[in-house]
Amino acid sequence: MTLSDFDSYRPAHEGRRKKKRNRPPGNGRRRGGGGGDGAREMSMVDDVEFSDSYYGRPIVKPPPWDWKISAYLFAGGVAGGSGMLAAGADAAGLEKLRRNTRLTALGATIGGTGFLILDLGRPERFLHMMRTFKVSSPMNIGTWILSGFGTAAGVVAAIEVDRITGEKLPLGPLRTILHWVEKPTGAVAALFGAPLASYTGALLADTAVPTWNAARDNLSYLFVSSAAMASSGVAMITTPTEQTRPARVLATAGAAADLYFAEKLTEPMHPAEAEPLQTGRAGKKLRWAKGLTIAGGIGAALLGRNRIAAIASGAALATASALTRMAVLEAGIDSTKDPRHVVEPQKARLEARRAQGIVDDSITTVG
Amino acid sequence: MFDFREKPGQLIDAHGQDTERKGFFTDTSICIGCKACEVACKEWNQVPMEGNLELLESSYDNTGGLGANTWRHVAFIEQDEEQIEKARDSGQKLISLGMPSIGAPETREKDTAKHIGMPEFGSPGTRIKEKVDNPPNPDTPEFRWLMSSDVCKHCTFAGCLDVCPTGALYRTEYGTVVVQDDICNGCGTCVAGCPFGVIERRDTGTIHTKPDRVDSRYAMDVKHEGTANKCTLCYDRLVDDQVPACAQTCPTTSIKFGNQSEMVESAVERVTTMHAQGSTEARLYGANTNDGVGGIGSVFLLLDEPEVYGLPPDPQVPTKDLPQMYKKVGIAAAGMLAAAATAFVGARKK
Repeated sequence: MTLSDFDSYRPAHEGRRKKKRNRPPGNGRRRGGGGGDGAREMSMVDDVEFSDSYYGRPIVKPPPWDWKISAYLFAGGVAGGSGMLAAGADAAGLEKLRRNTRLTALGATIGGTGFLILDLGRPERFLHMMRTFKVSSPMNIGTWILSGFGTAAGVVAAIEVDRITGEKLPLGPLRTILHWVEKPTGAVAALFGAPLASYTGALLADTAVPTWNAARDNLSYLFVSSAAMASSGVAMITTPTEQTRPARVLATAGAAADLYFAEKLTEPMHPAEAEPLQTGRAGKKLRWAKGLTIAGGIGAALLGRNRIAAIASGAALATASALTRMAVLEAGIDSTKDPRHVVEPQKARLEARRAQGIVDDSITTVG
Repeated sequence: MFDFREKPGQLIDAHGQDTERKGFFTDTSICIGCKACEVACKEWNQVPMEGNLELLESSYDNTGGLGANTWRHVAFIEQDEEQIEKARDSGQKLISLGMPSIGAPETREKDTAKHIGMPEFGSPGTRIKEKVDNPPNPDTPEFRWLMSSDVCKHCTFAGCLDVCPTGALYRTEYGTVVVQDDICNGCGTCVAGCPFGVIERRDTGTIHTKPDRVDSRYAMDVKHEGTANKCTLCYDRLVDDQVPACAQTCPTTSIKFGNQSEMVESAVERVTTMHAQGSTEARLYGANTNDGVGGIGSVFLLLDEPEVYGLPPDPQVPTKDLPQMYKKVGIAAAGMLAAAATAFVGARKK
């Protein structure tokens, strides 16, 4: 049926229907079970969720963070844990462990900071983070922790480099001062290393991203466990076994804690908030991480005196930590894509409060 | 014990300013979906174009949603009888929740024929006045339009402002939340901090449409790329005692602008009137200072549940729980230090 001459320019009717299902990006689950061309089986229940969302479009926005932030989370954990191992090794007189962990700490700090800067929309303004000290912003506090840690880790790493090169760095009279402050600076690195590994839990949880915010009770615990096993794992790779016993102990403890808190993470969550951690790309990574953590943890505990087994276990633990960080980041980003992850938990908690008789704190009122 | 949330008034008190908190009241019951607010906002604030002029197949909404390049967004929702009933029921449920009583609402007559084109008498002036005072209701029992112009909420407890690490986001003397584009380094934390999904980093956007190429004399660069962008409540107009562009242009006064307290008052007045007229679906969004964001600067009157308009049903400012989160950060850090120290017990090299 043609009503106007211009109708001949219209695409085929079928194509128009098809496009209707082809909703704008980030729309989450598909409606209906149709194969897309309209010819296959149609869903009997169409558009059921329409009335609960605005065309299935996201309500909260994901932060513009990608793998670089996962890499920063991982590197920050490795750096912080290495700073602690270095201080311990220094106190215990384990020279190779001390040297390697100090160099790892500085390397991971430089790498992590690089990723953090590259992820900014305006990398040249990185230092604007430090024009203020703002407790309400975990990102700001984290930058100060990172700077404090980086300074201390840099000083002790410089001493190590100086030692390796046979005191060839052009330090002059500074060398005496550096050696004098070596132990206290190493202790400062260890002290800053702890919050460096744990503050990222608050960084992600202090957002409106459903899965991250719902993880607030355990995310810092999971992240320090992950940091402990990752930094110990790297130490097991870099350092001969006769000096890595403390690293193996920490690795085993970290792996056990990581497994515990990875399970506990979803416990207080609404099913819609937990779902992105259990399914899809994040769920897959977490299952791999679990397997690698178990394998690496057992390897570190039982086979750690064998150099090859130590390297393999260390690599498994570090990989598991990296996968965990990626999975948590991706689960958060994915939880913003479907408004269901926002609407369902919020409606549930609103209903729960109303059931308790609290009716004065809703954003929706009638006068 | 600790509360890291910043709120309007702190700054005003600290600096002894005598400005009042400003805000919008968006009465969606009289929005006609003309999108003049979107256009006025784009023009005044020189906000670049988003996307590639695609049709989104969501009624008349081809804008999509709020973002770095969209500071006003008109939502279009088409509802059938079942959804209208559902909206009225959910509104009725709200009314019966023990909130301030406004009397039993009468059911609106389903027969709206007398409003839609039956002959009327009297002089043209009286007829126009009659129409202005009692606007015809185009809705039928089987179908209705919902149109709503969404905007930044300028929250009392603003998540974006709290988490901003550079201090680029600040509270103005009008109680509004504004980004300083020369300070923002585009870290993106505010994007995650906003419970309404308003603020966004400007990573894309164009100024030049095809007929308006770079060599045009109207050509201009995309401003503030890589930084967070959102509604400023036309800060530059406020300092000159002007009304924000969207409110100024709104032809039906659906977007009202004024002192925030007066906006809330007129919103309460309007919803009371609508309930008295039997429109139980009417409800306010953001007029409660006791809600998760401490009330918002841009109050809305909605005709269905907030999620139908793409608004969160129970937004909470994440910073509210930050003291507990920092406590966890501290415990985790102490635990890790203790674990590391324990690992070195007895490890001293002989």
